[in-house]
Amino acid sequence: MNTASPLNVAGLRKSYGDKEVVCGIDLALQPGECFGLLGPNGAGKTTTLRLCLGLTGPDSGSIRVLGHEVPQQGREARARIGVVPQFDNLDPDFTIRENLRVFGRYFDIPDSTLQERIPALLEFAGLSSRADTRIQTLSGGMKRRLTLARALINDPELLFLDEPTTGLDPQARHVIWERLRNLLKQGKTLLLTTHFMEEAERLCSRIAIMDHGKIISGGDPRALITQHVEPHVVEVYGEGAPGWGETFGRRHAERCEATGETIFCYTSDPAPLVADLDSRGDLRYLHRRANIEDVFLKLTGRDLRD
Amino acid sequence: MSAQHWSPPRLSLRFLHVWRRNLLVWRKLAIPSMLGNLADPLLYMFGLGYGLGRMLEDVGGLSYIAFLASGVICSSTMMSASFEAMYSAFSRMHMQKTWDAILNAPLTLDDVLLGEWVWAASKSFLSGSAVLIVAAVLGLVPSPLAIAVIPLIFLTGLAFAGLGLIMTALSPSYDFFMYYFTLCVTPMMLLCGVFFPLHELPAAAQIAAQALPLTHAVALARPLVNGTVPSDWLLHVAVLAAYAAGSAWIALALTRRRLLQ
Repeated sequence: MNTASPLNVAGLRKSYGDKEVVCGIDLALQPGECFGLLGPNGAGKTTTLRLCLGLTGPDSGSIRVLGHEVPQQGREARARIGVVPQFDNLDPDFTIRENLRVFGRYFDIPDSTLQERIPALLEFAGLSSRADTRIQTLSGGMKRRLTLARALINDPELLFLDEPTTGLDPQARHVIWERLRNLLKQGKTLLLTTHFMEEAERLCSRIAIMDHGKIISGGDPRALITQHVEPHVVEVYGEGAPGWGETFGRRHAERCEATGETIFCYTSDPAPLVADLDSRGDLRYLHRRANIEDVFLKLTGRDLRD
Repeated sequence: MSAQHWSPPRLSLRFLHVWRRNLLVWRKLAIPSMLGNLADPLLYMFGLGYGLGRMLEDVGGLSYIAFLASGVICSSTMMSASFEAMYSAFSRMHMQKTWDAILNAPLTLDDVLLGEWVWAASKSFLSGSAVLIVAAVLGLVPSPLAIAVIPLIFLTGLAFAGLGLIMTALSPSYDFFMYYFTLCVTPMMLLCGVFFPLHELPAAAQIAAQALPLTHAVALARPLVNGTVPSDWLLHVAVLAAYAAGSAWIALALTRRRLLQ
């Protein structure tokens, strides 16, 4: 059982009306890995998670979660999964401790077991000293930590995290990342959806980029960067940037992209670009290594998604 | 709506977790909540019962306040179940996303709906019973037959909780519930025999009133409170039970359509 894939999805399809939002997805998670599902808004990430939880039925395809056929055995599967939803849905009428206790009861966990588990979870969430405060008074970061702790109440083998750090400040986000690494060390398998590329790069051993309901690329994040984009990026900002891009950038970089007054030059040799920009001095620029966001933008385009 | 939405409810005891969650929240506010639930019916009973009652000799062989008491037991059950199944359940479904959280645990939407249905009926049971107790303390409940009113209150609660949950499944916002109150709850208050006997109504209205669940609750409660076995009691119970089961099923199908996308 240990070597079996905790989540195996094949040929998954789901339509709403005429619109197919999940169009033939295959996924196979390895035990103990953090797998990132990346995609712009509306790519079908959340629908994929809902399908894997058995909250809605697929039009076709198969889903196997921890040995259970989903959606037929959705209840059994959910008993062994922890979920951190995209939007906090903590119970505002309860204290922190009560939130954990009441949620634990949904899993038929006896109160005596909950009594033992809750202090450790409060510790994990850094909320021990506030256990008996109502949740309205908590900051966004505290609520997310509590939501994460709540997802662990059933000691799940597999966690679904739907954009776990959206809306958090950098401090809070780093705390969540640290906690997630901690869970990986304990051997848990994580399925993470995000559109923070940095988050995916930091945490995930493998990612899949999803767009318009399909997985358009996937693999090790480092390998994806090498495979899809040039290693260096020079971003140039300001009124003169488009003109500079046309006359100079395009000739010295393998690839140039423009968004408004910003030019992105992708290149394996940034030296001539940087030298020219330094000598001109009228354009602000940033020279950096290519990251997974560049891969993402190359594959999904720079158009706005709503 | 697809046939899938109408598949029979899959019942499991896990609904008790939902019921218990709501009980825990209620316990925190139990005293103000009970007082709030009692204030309205008691105002009707005392205000109209004593005020209007002084002008009336008797109504259907009873003092007006005694006549009113059994009606108010039913109407307060209706109000309490309706509020809980609409405003409170809608908060949990739509605003707080409590149901979403529960659905990520090993519960199903059927468990959640069953839990909410029984919970709203339980809460209305407290309201209706409280009015019954007050009436008994005032000496308005002369017969032990009134014991039978207790299960009747719960059944009435289930009927109105089911109807309320249908509205919740259809509602885009809190404002929507006003339609139901204006078009259904208030007319029932006035036409179903709570404040005056049904036979005072024009014939057409009397026939229409027979289709409404509150009429049947009052038709059972009034004789029971006053010590006689209601005529056609089986028919009245059957109508209430049909409202309860039918509305709960419709509410479940509509909620499945809304949430299990």
